Amino acid sequence: MDVESVEGGFGLYVHWPFCAAKCPYCDFNSHVAKVVDHRAWVESYLSEIKRISSETGPRVLNTIFFGGGTPSLMEPETVAAVIDAARAAWLPANDMEITLEANPGSVEAGRFAAFRQAGVNRVSLGVQALHDPDLRRLGRIHSVAEARTAFDIARNTFDRVSFDLIYARQDQSREDWRRELTEALSMTADHLSLYQLTVEDGTVFGARAAAGHLRGLPDEDLGADLYQITQDLCEARGLPAYEVSNHAVPGSESRHNLIYWHAGDWAGIGPGAHGRLTINGQRFATETAKAPAKWLKDVHTGSGYSDQTTISGNDQADEYLIMGLRLTEGIEPARYARLSGQHLSAQTIAHLSDLGLIAETSTPAGLRLAATRSGRAVLNAVIAELAATAG
Amino acid sequence: MTELSHIRNFSIVAHIDHGKSTLADRLIQSTNTVSEREMKEQLLDAMDIERERGITIKANTVRIEYIADNGELYVLNLIDTPGHVDFAYEVSRSMHAVEGSLLVVDSTQGVEAQTLANVYQAIDADHDIIPVLNKIDLPASEPDRVREQIEDVIGIDASDALLVSAKSGIGIHETLEAIVHRLPAPVGDRDAPLKAMLVDSWYDPYLGVVVLVRIMDGVMKKNDRVKFMRNGTIHQIDKIGVFRPAMQDVAELGPGEIGFITASIKQVRDTKVGDTITHEKKGADKPLPGFQPSIPVVFCGLFPVDSAEFEDLRDAIEKLALNDASFSFEMETSAALGFGFRCGFLGLLHLEVIRDRLEREYDIDLITTAPSVVYHIFMKDGTMQELHNPADMPDLTYVDHVEEPRIKATIMVPDEYLGDVLKLCQDRRGIQMELTYAGTRPLVVYDLPLNEVVFDFYDRLKSVTKGYASFDYQLIGYREDQLVKMQILVNDEPVDALSMMVHRDRAEMRGRAMCEKLKDLIPRHMFKIPIQAAIGGKVIARETLSAMRKDVTAKCYGGDATRKKKLLEKQKAGKKKMRQFGKVDIPQEAFISALKMDS
Repeated sequence: MDVESVEGGFGLYVHWPFCAAKCPYCDFNSHVAKVVDHRAWVESYLSEIKRISSETGPRVLNTIFFGGGTPSLMEPETVAAVIDAARAAWLPANDMEITLEANPGSVEAGRFAAFRQAGVNRVSLGVQALHDPDLRRLGRIHSVAEARTAFDIARNTFDRVSFDLIYARQDQSREDWRRELTEALSMTADHLSLYQLTVEDGTVFGARAAAGHLRGLPDEDLGADLYQITQDLCEARGLPAYEVSNHAVPGSESRHNLIYWHAGDWAGIGPGAHGRLTINGQRFATETAKAPAKWLKDVHTGSGYSDQTTISGNDQADEYLIMGLRLTEGIEPARYARLSGQHLSAQTIAHLSDLGLIAETSTPAGLRLAATRSGRAVLNAVIAELAATAG
Repeated sequence: MTELSHIRNFSIVAHIDHGKSTLADRLIQSTNTVSEREMKEQLLDAMDIERERGITIKANTVRIEYIADNGELYVLNLIDTPGHVDFAYEVSRSMHAVEGSLLVVDSTQGVEAQTLANVYQAIDADHDIIPVLNKIDLPASEPDRVREQIEDVIGIDASDALLVSAKSGIGIHETLEAIVHRLPAPVGDRDAPLKAMLVDSWYDPYLGVVVLVRIMDGVMKKNDRVKFMRNGTIHQIDKIGVFRPAMQDVAELGPGEIGFITASIKQVRDTKVGDTITHEKKGADKPLPGFQPSIPVVFCGLFPVDSAEFEDLRDAIEKLALNDASFSFEMETSAALGFGFRCGFLGLLHLEVIRDRLEREYDIDLITTAPSVVYHIFMKDGTMQELHNPADMPDLTYVDHVEEPRIKATIMVPDEYLGDVLKLCQDRRGIQMELTYAGTRPLVVYDLPLNEVVFDFYDRLKSVTKGYASFDYQLIGYREDQLVKMQILVNDEPVDALSMMVHRDRAEMRGRAMCEKLKDLIPRHMFKIPIQAAIGGKVIARETLSAMRKDVTAKCYGGDATRKKKLLEKQKAGKKKMRQFGKVDIPQEAFISALKMDS
């Protein structure tokens, strides 16, 4: 077994693919369905947990994450059944983090206590904006007032609460964002995910943008300024960035997401869920069918996986670079070299350091390489440069 | 063997689209030279490109046998000449091979600039000229106006111009009769030593090189041993014949006749247009006058888009060169574009034709760099070097002065665009030589530097006149001017492929244009990049490509790693396609866009 992916931790990702409405910017695997056969879903999740745990053998389970879709639309009994099954299948860590993504609407808020009862100890609320007209433009079905109420209920219900905001929205000025983010920081979340709006192909926004109908999106300079404003305000309020778009009170980082960024292991169940598992020293990438009905059928006939491939050392190294440099703590160049058999170019590192985009620090555990604040703003280019010049 | 008195040799002078090929077709058809079944439109323009562009590149010839109204059989030899100034020398040789011309003018359009250049060639060759007003059956036809214009502009009598519609077959018989009665018979001495002019030659995959000849004096027969006087090579004639228009063997060719020979010649290069062919023994003492070697005047780089196609390109260029002695090439390597060839052409059209043939007949995607002309670099030690590639410009401290080729440009343009055309010519360092009127249409003649014309003059002229100008030029020699090599520096590194020769006064403008273009073509980097144009050490234009400020994926969780990895693979592959200049990666597309000739 690869010690490093064990060190990265082990988590379970559970995908709930249904939403009450599809948001125009969202390219996640979500579907709107009138009727959902909750029993079939419980059975399928449990069947997958049983199947995968028989492959992984006993491992310490650090986290469970319910993502979607809108997992707050799950029956609390379903959530409880999955948590119980996972606890039974693997060895639950004492401080296991169990997160559920929730829509901050009044209906969902009414279920928070039941989710807590089921074992959820952290929620991530999709607040997205603190501005009603923008919530409507983003296709959200909740209001700012509802979101604030839901947040307060969550705060009183769960140990840890995070919420998401989307910025760099249409016609959003630097001042607009400064005001909105200040307001958000005055709420007492221990974690914030602050994403710049990305127009993705295959979404309603993507089609509108292609047709030239999505106006008022920020140019590169405004986008860069908004990013810097975000860093300044969050740092000042004690929620520094620990990842490109994620900010937390130190110690309140999302442990589940850190597994991804540390290139750890996780099992992915549900439609469209990906996984990374190290079994007998081999690292595998797993995938499942995106269509809910297809996934249910696959599980019924034995396995939810639609694809399972081994990942070469080079690919693991690339993933490590892509994911690890997103973190402020950065990567260990030595681990990259062990995975790929290649060294990052000293010349490239010197060049990027001169430009102030990356920095090397020595720690007792060895040398680390991290993107600086300005380096994180152009991280895709930094990663491409490092990956292309390794040898 | 036909009596001289019953031979007529002629060419047809016309502007593109004025109906030259259609008229030729009708003459061939109405004399039953070709059966209905074999007839296809525009018989003589055999190459696809010739048909598409409506131009003739190689001289073609056809022998027509015509029984005139007087009951006697005449042999009419038509040489269809290249109609473009790039091939001016070839045109002049073809003209000297015949005694008369039909001047075909579209009676709905009138005389065009290109017609003028060719008709002057015909006049230079002492031709008798029969004006033919074509498209006479169209409602827009204005024969009186055009007749007057021919007299005013060209200065020949047009009162007995023939009224023809080649398309509808009107006036064809009259044309044939006019050829017999109004054009002179050739002269020549059957008993004198053989003198045959090499009019043209081309490579035939089955026969080797086919040589088109006009016999001036003497007789040529199969198995004769003949000498090409230019370089003294001896060949034995394998095959002798005429074109009807298919090849037909004959026993001999006598004075005044036009036909072909083959003689186991392997390369077109060994046969120079304008050369004199005589017998090995008892041959002529002196060659015919007027021979000139053909000299390329426009150069450009041809590179395969896909570097793996370099060998294919080499093969294709070698094959084309077999058939075109005026096209030169040498291998070139460019940091920006890889391996390719620096090629020399007779002019811009010649360049386009070769490029089109390479792309079409050999299916190779090409990058064509901006064409440049041949400069004469006079060194301080008194020697002169020809500069074909601006990148090779010697160090200025050794250079005394630079001369550039100049042309005489003839432009005809509707009155309303005259001002714009004059301004364009002035802007391009032109010197006005003439401004007259061809009927109601202004005719301007300018002395212009060729390097300004190969840049984008054609396109500009087309755009300022909405396509209504006609343009022609001829090379008139070299002249000294303030010519400098302009370098482009990207992040302080010189990029040789982008060097160009420019006039000092136009350098700032061209430099600024190039820097602006590159600023849009080079992707932003993680640092700011100065893009400069410089002459010697002096920067004359500068743009700054600002550093990239934001390029990061906002959201990236478990499942996205796969997608991002694919993106990274693409970025890595993309980087390999970039050319590195210092720390700057310049995509090949940027070079292509910056260097390419707009077609």
